[in-house]
Amino acid sequence: MTPLLATDVPTRLVHLSSVDIVIVVFYFVLVLSIGWYLKGRANTGEDFFMAGREMTAWVAGLSFLSANLGALELMGWAGSAYQYGIMATHAYWIGAIPAMLFLALVMMPFYYISKTHSVPGYLKLRFGEPSRALSAISFAFMTVLMSGVNMFAMAKVMQIVLGWDINFSIWVSSLTVAIYVTLGGLRSAIFNEVLQFFLIWAGVLLIPILGLYEAGGWTNLKLQIAQRASEQYVHVWSGLGSFSNNPMGINWVGIVFGLGAVISMGYWTTDFLVVQRILAAKDLRSAEMAPIIGAGFKMFVPIIVILPGLLGLAVLPEKLVPESVAAVTGGHSYNDVLPLMLARYCGPGLLGLGVTALIAGFMSGMAGNVSAFTTVWTYDIYRPLINSKGSDHHYVSMGRWTTIVGVLISVGTAYLVMQFASIMDYVQALFSFFIAPLFGTVVLGMLWRRATRLGGFLGLLCGTLCSISMWTWVKVDPSALRYVALSSHAKGLAQDYFQALWSFVVCVVVTVVVSLATKPTPDSELTGLVYGLTEVPAIGDVPLYQKPIFWAAIVAVVLVALNIIFW
Amino acid sequence: MVSIWFFIGISLAVNGALILGAGIYQLINPPLHPGIVLFNLHANLWWGALLLVIGGLYCIKFAPGRQS
Repeated sequence: MTPLLATDVPTRLVHLSSVDIVIVVFYFVLVLSIGWYLKGRANTGEDFFMAGREMTAWVAGLSFLSANLGALELMGWAGSAYQYGIMATHAYWIGAIPAMLFLALVMMPFYYISKTHSVPGYLKLRFGEPSRALSAISFAFMTVLMSGVNMFAMAKVMQIVLGWDINFSIWVSSLTVAIYVTLGGLRSAIFNEVLQFFLIWAGVLLIPILGLYEAGGWTNLKLQIAQRASEQYVHVWSGLGSFSNNPMGINWVGIVFGLGAVISMGYWTTDFLVVQRILAAKDLRSAEMAPIIGAGFKMFVPIIVILPGLLGLAVLPEKLVPESVAAVTGGHSYNDVLPLMLARYCGPGLLGLGVTALIAGFMSGMAGNVSAFTTVWTYDIYRPLINSKGSDHHYVSMGRWTTIVGVLISVGTAYLVMQFASIMDYVQALFSFFIAPLFGTVVLGMLWRRATRLGGFLGLLCGTLCSISMWTWVKVDPSALRYVALSSHAKGLAQDYFQALWSFVVCVVVTVVVSLATKPTPDSELTGLVYGLTEVPAIGDVPLYQKPIFWAAIVAVVLVALNIIFW
Repeated sequence: MVSIWFFIGISLAVNGALILGAGIYQLINPPLHPGIVLFNLHANLWWGALLLVIGGLYCIKFAPGRQS
């Protein structure tokens, strides 16, 4: 996915009518009203940071999905579909569903039973304070920087699409998020994420419906894409036998093991931004059902993201180009395909709803970042390292102030990126350094009782350093990609996937070797944290159709069927 | 406590009503240059109506008075 950044703005893509503006303003009024309404329900630490741990499976599941369904992801992956064809669907199918099901059935019991407030909190219980400190500080630092980068990118998108002033977009959106998260805490963020989920579907679903009507159905769409691009643009797997047979420049090893087994697992099971939503579930069954519900909907998100990109290939009269070319020629880039399709089909009212969906996606993503940052700062950095004797009320106050400070740091980062655009690439790369090794550490900690504290810490550290080293190597010498991805035909995305794969392998190997060379942790200290030493409470005497394993099996079968249909 | 689904109902119903209103206005006063493809399908009319119905059902089913 190329960065959503253009240096100069041509002309705005769409013009909003008065009814469109009313719809956008109504959205802001509604989210602030929700924050105001919930302010009386965020007085304790459990309420403010964990939404009282009373969310139903549906609310937690949709929030879990929405936290990742930001506007930049929507526009970026629609652009990737235009650029790479239906292969971009891998990000939503093999790149998400197996990990979500793994989280639900294997990892969630350990997170939930340990009653941790966060992923770094679990690391503290399993591997000790150094692992928590490394994970918490890196997560908090990178989350708030990423929030700022996304803020700037979205303000830039609003400038390109609507002609809005960048400062206006940054300050209005960030102040709104600061107000409703400070007032209502995680519950407010979750409520608005569920609202965003509905707005996105309501605002964007018309594009594939009308697009397929214009293209003459799926069969005709495939024919048009084959004529305008290539036959390989409508196949998910058939071109993955080698790096040179598909537009993405990657092979099945990178997709299955790099994306499916490491990056996806790392993101969906250990990134606290999404896991926090599940930890707010009211009981273990809800916590297990929530990712399965999220996975069920995630399978169909390509309808509103990938399909518009494919339709753009077929019906848009102009040819879209890479961001770097668009910045020079003044044309439209791949990343403009979603707003271009929006402008193509949506008249007054519908356009306002579509734009609101993009704004809602951005704001809830930012709220997710800020609420996760607030929790990790307060519970995993401030309380253990700075002030361990504060009252619950004190930590809630700290959470509220941290929300405001987090938003201000994000705003500062956005202005920094405005001055030095290259920072954006560095921050996005930095975030990816921690995901794959963190998954290695957490999953070994949960499934292998022999993993020791020193092993876990050194594995996490070495995996992260390995990721940084490979990224720096390719940055200094781009031809080194052939060694990282094991092919001279490898392209950009292959670096991300293989870099994650190697850093995960290094993390696991170091953890295993060091653990076997150090004294085992007594079983008494691992109860409730590790497979084999944890008694998972029974779901209860419920019918088969209410059991998580039943719905996970259905989701898995549908996933396999979809991959075969679009092979 | 007011259900999240009630807020979603409000959002869908209000947006649906506004979009339906815009669609009716355009049906009565069709623009010379609509500026969009497939204008003849009047998407804002039926999409707005659909959102209004779904939002209305949510508002009724999850109205604060009906929740325990």
